Amino acid sequence: MPALELATVRRRNGAPRAYLPRTFRWIYQGFFLAFFLASLALMTDEGTRRFPVRFLLHLDPLSALALLASSFVIPSALLLSLAVVLLSVVFGRAFCGWVCPVGTLHHLASWATRRLRRGPYHEVNRWRPHFRLKYLLLVGLLLIALSGSLVAGLLDPLSLLTRSFGSGLAPMPGAALGVVSSRPRLFAGAWLTGGIFLGLLVANRWIARWWCRALCPLGALLGVVSRAAIFRIRLDPDRCNECRLCLRDCQGADEPFKKHRVSECHVCLNCIAACPEGAIGFQAFAPTAAPNGGVDLPRRQLVGATLTGLVLLPLIRAGGRSGSVPGAIRPPGALAEAEFVARCVRCGACVNACPTAALQPALGAAGLEGLYTPVLVPRRGWCEPSCVRCGQVCPSGAIRALSVEEKGWLHGGPGIRIGTAFFDHGRCLPWAMATPCIVCEEVCPTSPKAIWLEPVEVARRDGSKLLVQQPHVEPARCVGCGLCEAKCPVNDLAAIRVTRVGESRDSGSAFTLGGVS
Amino acid sequence: MTDSLDRRLVLRRLGQAGLVLGTSGALGAVGLLSSGRFRPQPKARALPDHRVALDSRFPPLAVARGSDPALLVRAAIQRLGGIQRFVRNGESVLLKPNMAWDRTPEQGANTHPAVVAEMIRQCRAAGARRVIVADNPVHDAERTSQRSGIRQAVGDAGGEMVLPDQCGFTRAALLGSVLDSWEVMSVVFLVDRVINLPVVKNHSLSLLTCGLKNHMGLLGGTRARLHQEIHASLADLAAAFRPTLTVVDATRVMLRGGPTGGRLQDVVVRNAVAAGTDPVACDAWAARQLDLDPREVPHLLQAEGKGLGSLAAGMGPIEEFHAGA
Repeated sequence: MPALELATVRRRNGAPRAYLPRTFRWIYQGFFLAFFLASLALMTDEGTRRFPVRFLLHLDPLSALALLASSFVIPSALLLSLAVVLLSVVFGRAFCGWVCPVGTLHHLASWATRRLRRGPYHEVNRWRPHFRLKYLLLVGLLLIALSGSLVAGLLDPLSLLTRSFGSGLAPMPGAALGVVSSRPRLFAGAWLTGGIFLGLLVANRWIARWWCRALCPLGALLGVVSRAAIFRIRLDPDRCNECRLCLRDCQGADEPFKKHRVSECHVCLNCIAACPEGAIGFQAFAPTAAPNGGVDLPRRQLVGATLTGLVLLPLIRAGGRSGSVPGAIRPPGALAEAEFVARCVRCGACVNACPTAALQPALGAAGLEGLYTPVLVPRRGWCEPSCVRCGQVCPSGAIRALSVEEKGWLHGGPGIRIGTAFFDHGRCLPWAMATPCIVCEEVCPTSPKAIWLEPVEVARRDGSKLLVQQPHVEPARCVGCGLCEAKCPVNDLAAIRVTRVGESRDSGSAFTLGGVS
Repeated sequence: MTDSLDRRLVLRRLGQAGLVLGTSGALGAVGLLSSGRFRPQPKARALPDHRVALDSRFPPLAVARGSDPALLVRAAIQRLGGIQRFVRNGESVLLKPNMAWDRTPEQGANTHPAVVAEMIRQCRAAGARRVIVADNPVHDAERTSQRSGIRQAVGDAGGEMVLPDQCGFTRAALLGSVLDSWEVMSVVFLVDRVINLPVVKNHSLSLLTCGLKNHMGLLGGTRARLHQEIHASLADLAAAFRPTLTVVDATRVMLRGGPTGGRLQDVVVRNAVAAGTDPVACDAWAARQLDLDPREVPHLLQAEGKGLGSLAAGMGPIEEFHAGA
């Protein structure tokens, strides 16, 4: 039976030259990067109808596994990620080298900074023991997920990418150019969100694809799967003269020249073209590989990661769970809080999709456990009555895909309630300053309106009387959309503010006996 | 590189690949078919009816007066046919005192410990297998159980104290006019008999707090919401909780500053205990201890309107007798 070989370069002592697999790879990488950017840009009403904006997020086996651990369910769309498992079983971590847009960006960044990494190439690009960190992170994150908190999404590359672009990098050009917009798409903590991502790209200056090699928990998961890979890099020991040129452009630092680390290999196939001896091939059922695929985790480190996960979670929760922070409003269709934090992958697709930029990444608003989950901030925008986009783009079902009818606001409501508005009488013009104003009542979208006006004669400073209309909230009719707070002319801290009390997703949020929840 | 394939290697790799794919597929199937970690709220359960059959030989309400609370309890129950009518050999009994506040017995904010202790002894004498004393206090549960003197009494008399942390809550179907369902201390579902042991106090909102209001002590959740419709809520609770017996502690009566109280001058020593199978009659009698016309207490009227008892039975001439010194 002859060996099945997909890529070989048969030449001796020739300079590396362009060869077909690399071109193919760049086409794939370019396609999926463009696909990702299109997905972000097309999270609009029309776009979500015509384009599979969640496709890349659904390819993610880490999301699927962590979601299974945290909520014991996998939405059917996420079973698409089995395709990536299959890919990895056949070809190893080809997802990292050929598909993942984060990998592609790091690939580009490491290529752009290649001359800055000084030193002998075999030294600069060697495998380092701390690259094991990603496996330890994977263990810790899955343990935390098992306890019901999906913080794995913070480090999942596709979630990280969506979040970083959607609410970190995307607003940058507008902010830099000072684009004037009636609804600026600005996001809380953009400097941090975008900064982390840019920082990781900058790390390529010292170690190529440091994120992919050292941190990425999805890469670690695929690395574990790749121990079963059928196609792998095969080195012919008779031809190898240990020049280590194969290491020069290696993406995974998987060191093809010795016992090949199949779990680290991104299947970029650069080593094949680089080998002047033609000693390297990509071959089915190749015999040589490091035992354990090169994962070789010392037991102590594994125990350490396990213990860290077991200690971190109670520490995070020791201050109370995400729901204990008052006020934070969740998007319409969000599941009850405990289930929400177990199912939200922190990708920020909803934040990216929200037409009014009302949805913001939670930095402190939902506690550490709720870091980067979405919260609705009415001072930045309101929940548009006819919009259900956040549920349409949510890849994990943490926000249910509501119909406009189920949301129920377009025809007066109430259907879904996300909170309740409260007046601050000391700041409200007709209540405190003998000044007519009815803006909150005017914009209130429910029918009949949740805000109603009471004609009251009030005194001015000079003793004269003025008839004003003082607004009141009827909690049973208020849906918490935040239009009143968004439009209140008292334009720093509004005179009417919405908090999540009364939301319909959680019976524990009820505060009135009849009507609300 | 055209080395021939190692058959064993091929089989091993294919086996590994199959294992990974099989495991992933199985995990996917589990995730797809699982009903999830967060089950929808379980269906609310109907509360058990703990009453015993009516017996025309005995009055619906009996009142004993005297200075020894234990004697009063014993005598009032005797007049209703004795404890054997209500508790049978081998049954488990829940006693529900008012144990809401971090107050001493003299302050009259909670059921007097001597009443609780005697009730435990009565049940024990009737052969009760377990006598559980439970409440969900407003103040800190542990502190309240001690300062009220009830923990000591329960220990001395051979009962068991159950606080919310020990038994948790179960959603109970109330199906009332304002209360559809609510979290109720789970212990209610586990016992054969329930004896309501309220104390008589003035209440700033419900006017009177006695037996009907005492049911609130078994609720969890944000029960403060009930105050938005207190009378309708109490009537709803009275329709859902059907205690075996109500024993009203009027040894001390809080006339003002209720239901928390504090000042001793707001509490009068009345040296009376009423026992009854008609919870509305019991509360009507209790209202009169506060010089309230029971017909002016809306929740009593509403409870009577639901057919849960008779105001008149607690208002007409009631045979009162003296027990002990």
